[in-house]
Amino acid sequence: MLTVASLSRAELEARLAGPGLSVQTGPFVSRIHSPIERIAEGIATLYGDYPLRDFDGFADFHVHMRRSGGLRRWYRPQVSFDIDGLEPFEPLPQEHAFPMLEWALNWCISTRAHAYLMIHAAVVERDGVAAILPAPPGSGKSTLCAALVSRGWRLLSDELALIRPQDGLLVPVPRPISLKNRSIDVIRDFARDPVISRPVENTTKGTVAHVKAPGDSVARAHESARPAWIVFPKYEDGAVTSLEPIPRARAFFRVAENAFNYSPLGAVGFNTLADTIDRTVIYDFRYSVLEEAIAVFASLKPPAA
Amino acid sequence: MKHLPILVRALRDPDQLVRYTPADWDLLLRQSAATNLTPTLLSLAEARGLLKRVPAAARAHFDWVRPLAARHRQAVRFEVACIQAALQPTGLPLLLLKGAAYAMADLDAGRGRLFGDIDLLVPKARLDDVESALMLAGWAGTHHDAYDQRYYRQWMHELPPMTHVRRGSSIDVHHALVPETAPVRPDPDSLRARARPIPGMPGLATLAPDDMVLHSAVHLFFDGEFDKGLRDLFDLHRLLGEFGAEPGFWDGLAMRARALELGRPLFYALRHVQRMFGTEVPPAVLAAVAPEGPTPALGWLMDWLFAHALLPLHPSCASAASASARFLLYVRGNWLRMPPLLLSRHLFHKAFLTPRAAA
Repeated sequence: MLTVASLSRAELEARLAGPGLSVQTGPFVSRIHSPIERIAEGIATLYGDYPLRDFDGFADFHVHMRRSGGLRRWYRPQVSFDIDGLEPFEPLPQEHAFPMLEWALNWCISTRAHAYLMIHAAVVERDGVAAILPAPPGSGKSTLCAALVSRGWRLLSDELALIRPQDGLLVPVPRPISLKNRSIDVIRDFARDPVISRPVENTTKGTVAHVKAPGDSVARAHESARPAWIVFPKYEDGAVTSLEPIPRARAFFRVAENAFNYSPLGAVGFNTLADTIDRTVIYDFRYSVLEEAIAVFASLKPPAA
Repeated sequence: MKHLPILVRALRDPDQLVRYTPADWDLLLRQSAATNLTPTLLSLAEARGLLKRVPAAARAHFDWVRPLAARHRQAVRFEVACIQAALQPTGLPLLLLKGAAYAMADLDAGRGRLFGDIDLLVPKARLDDVESALMLAGWAGTHHDAYDQRYYRQWMHELPPMTHVRRGSSIDVHHALVPETAPVRPDPDSLRARARPIPGMPGLATLAPDDMVLHSAVHLFFDGEFDKGLRDLFDLHRLLGEFGAEPGFWDGLAMRARALELGRPLFYALRHVQRMFGTEVPPAVLAAVAPEGPTPALGWLMDWLFAHALLPLHPSCASAASASARFLLYVRGNWLRMPPLLLSRHLFHKAFLTPRAAA
């Protein structure tokens, strides 16, 4: 199977600027178009392991990252995201192009793929069972996710838990993990030789960089996993590591609050979430030391299937 | 028929879906997503049992919209029941228009059709009662600016849209089909007198079939906004297809249009459903409606404008012509809403006074 890494940098840029680069991430094929150098750089750094999908002309999302800004392009160039003529975001400075592409790809999935119950959460798996880490922003979810993945957990997603209503299994969409501010250096020190994209400063989320997903996680993107734990992570400076079970009823609403499409799915959303809650053990988790957090996750016991 | 966009060809003849290549599906689903018509395509494919023959990658997109369509259907039923309960004290029947009418009456035109607002028609003399009853049940008015209030209450054919404070659902309460300031005045009393109860749903009614078609026609062809134009034209295609099979429907249509002063929009509707979707219209009806049409020169211009403005709102169908057509029709739509002096005053207010008040 041909991967993005099989293209030379010149071929990659030519595809992006011309017919588009069709990449498979989990169940989705995205065709990305962009003449912007930063996009090619980010893709070359982080997407080498992903399969190219060019054989039949079908893609799920047609994503354009364009140079925009009219006259402004000469002194303050901007980038805009457009999908089939729709521009859901305001343009950003062109240096933000790659993080914007990642946000755009998340947006495509979370606003369209309603065949799944979609929760704003990281998902990691070990021995066939998975932990869902739902997170309001600022909870340190991505840092913890990147740390776990660097210690042998398989990455299913850093942003989107996709639960299939038919069987309650988690469908992987392994893509780069988004890190903010201090977390970038934390993971640089913690992980063994992480591949991290060039940090982009002054975004709405501060300084942002992305960590490459492990090749094994990308290669196993077709293997779904059974949810075993739901863990609400919370990073707190100096906190003592603690893992507290949460009653199911309260957990239900906290997960629903983090879902993208709980309400639009109606009864399907309710039943899928209720089944997931029934089959998992649910915790509040506080931590400040990553090594201790890893040890706690290593000791988690899955509930009987 | 030459060079029709693939979405139009698929809506026109859903049987050809089974012959599409993956590249065809790619473009079709992009056009249908941009126009909110994917659930409609799904309903057409399902009704013909074609779904199993759709390639898996394309079928996934149908799986994405299926829950939304089901939820929408359920939400409409729930909202209609709430509105009906709210209006109970007024003693008025609930006369539904457009999307909500198609859905509740289980018409073909309602299958897989997504819409935002629920539209109802009430007697003008009872507007105050209806508005109070809805407010008591949790719907609050919008557009609180004094000018907007005057615009709706004095000149328009509806109250300012009402939104439910908790559910966010939206209702448009109409007392007529066209603005008070428009040059034509389809008689609302006659529309209500001919309304039909929805079988099996006590207290709910729709317009009579011919009036439903005429309302859809005037809504599309006298309005200035064509962003949902293709969907609305397909409504007309499906309404005519379903009602056309009822005995007597075609016989009275042209006469009814004349009685309501809606001959011109019916002329355009029949002309453009035929051109776009190949809808079958009896020659006698076309002949009866022909005198309602524009002069040949104007007719040529209007054909050009509508043919461009009704295309799917997607970059693959966009051109300088479609953008100008939509702009010119927007101007025309405003022109048809109000007499010129009032219109200039309205546009002046919207351009210069509203922004200042908002600042």
